[in-house]
Amino acid sequence: MDIKERNKAYNKYVSAKVPKTKPWPTLFNSFWVGGLICLIGQGINDLILFLAPNISEQSAWAYTLISLIFIASFLTGIGVYDKIGKFAGGGSIVPITGFSNSITSPSVEFKSEGIVYGICVKMFTIAGPVIVFGVISSAFVGLIYYIVYLFI
Amino acid sequence: MKYDTVKFKRQPKIIGAYSIVGPKEGEGNFKDYFDYIMKNDLFGEKTFEKAERKMIETAITGAIQKAKLKVSDINILVAGDLLNQIISSSYAARAFDFPYLGVYGACSTMAESIAVASTLVDGGYFENVVCCTASHFSTAERQYRFPLELGNQRPPASQWTVTGAGSCVLSQKGKGPRVTMATFGKVIDWGITDVNNMGAAMAPSAMETLLAHFENTKTTPDDYDLIATGDLGKLGSEILIDLMEDKGIKLGLNYSDCGQMYFRRDQKTLCGASGCGCAATVFNSYIMKKLQDGQYKRVLFMPTGALLSTTATQQGESVPGVCHAIVVESYED
Repeated sequence: MDIKERNKAYNKYVSAKVPKTKPWPTLFNSFWVGGLICLIGQGINDLILFLAPNISEQSAWAYTLISLIFIASFLTGIGVYDKIGKFAGGGSIVPITGFSNSITSPSVEFKSEGIVYGICVKMFTIAGPVIVFGVISSAFVGLIYYIVYLFI
Repeated sequence: MKYDTVKFKRQPKIIGAYSIVGPKEGEGNFKDYFDYIMKNDLFGEKTFEKAERKMIETAITGAIQKAKLKVSDINILVAGDLLNQIISSSYAARAFDFPYLGVYGACSTMAESIAVASTLVDGGYFENVVCCTASHFSTAERQYRFPLELGNQRPPASQWTVTGAGSCVLSQKGKGPRVTMATFGKVIDWGITDVNNMGAAMAPSAMETLLAHFENTKTTPDDYDLIATGDLGKLGSEILIDLMEDKGIKLGLNYSDCGQMYFRRDQKTLCGASGCGCAATVFNSYIMKKLQDGQYKRVLFMPTGALLSTTATQQGESVPGVCHAIVVESYED
């Protein structure tokens, strides 16, 4: 038999046989955990504004993000965040806490290779693409904003 | 297209076997058979790589002790593992005063090392040869996949790398189960590119080796008390049964997969266990004990290995597999 055809037939057979993720329970869990993380963020934001009424809303947002990043890093360090992630999937990856986890987890993992070649080099192995695309897309959006602004 | 099945004339004896596993494996289905269960994955070392090395050293020493030999009686060590440049085995070999032969067959390394060692012993060049293979969940995860603390979900077809090491001593003299035949496998690639589906990638290689073995030795599945693949897992072993059925050979109740049997269902390992340590620890504990008891008379042990690397898969390559088979028979008094 032709090798290409055999491989194609085999791949088709395997993809029919491979166990699938159950969409509804997975979606439900990621939805409520993701929502809960956002709720906690909102709570922190309200608390900051309540405790220090004279700071601007924008700096309160910054403090909220910093707090969430810290909490997620801390939970990663003590080995809790991966358990949340296993349960919630996208629900704990999409919020900024997931980004924090993706930076902290390689740092913890590659600590054994030293500070420079371990932690600093490997820190961005997972988050690197996010940063690259984030910077590029924000520059791109900025350009569009600039051009549109010229005509208004 | 020709495979050769080696039939050993002197039939090297496995006179000592030792297995050491991590705590999670120690709660699995084979927990009563292992020689040593570690209290934690670090095994008193600073890093997981060092722990894996120490596991190999412990397994080798343990096997030599169980064979009632001294370290000075050993002529050569044949060992391999999963890490790049097989560092665990090579660095472990540093601690011993005998020559070392490093082998790599991914998860099939146990059968590969026993097959190589058997030819060395059978040829009459060496008297006592030690084989050893190990894998560690944490070192394999970090080399092949993601950091441990990353909050991701494992796909349903994925398997859990076993933390464990298995070692055995082959000898010309002494008493123990005999290695009677070995079929060396070809590298088979049927174009599976999903690295999380190792079972499907390796099943065709198991089929090829099994077909060749049956043809060369004129045996059928019924001639064996146990046909054990290494870590095809739940999915892979089902695929192998289907593939064999297509070729007209029915694998019955005497066919099992070490990876599928390894963990209990509530340990959440999805498709089962994998890694060098999976086949190695099952062979050197459960299978060896059953052979020594005489409960199994003839076992076909054929672990499979997925010969991938992250570089190759990132360049779009598919996952090739290899399968080596050995036949071990119990001894008669």
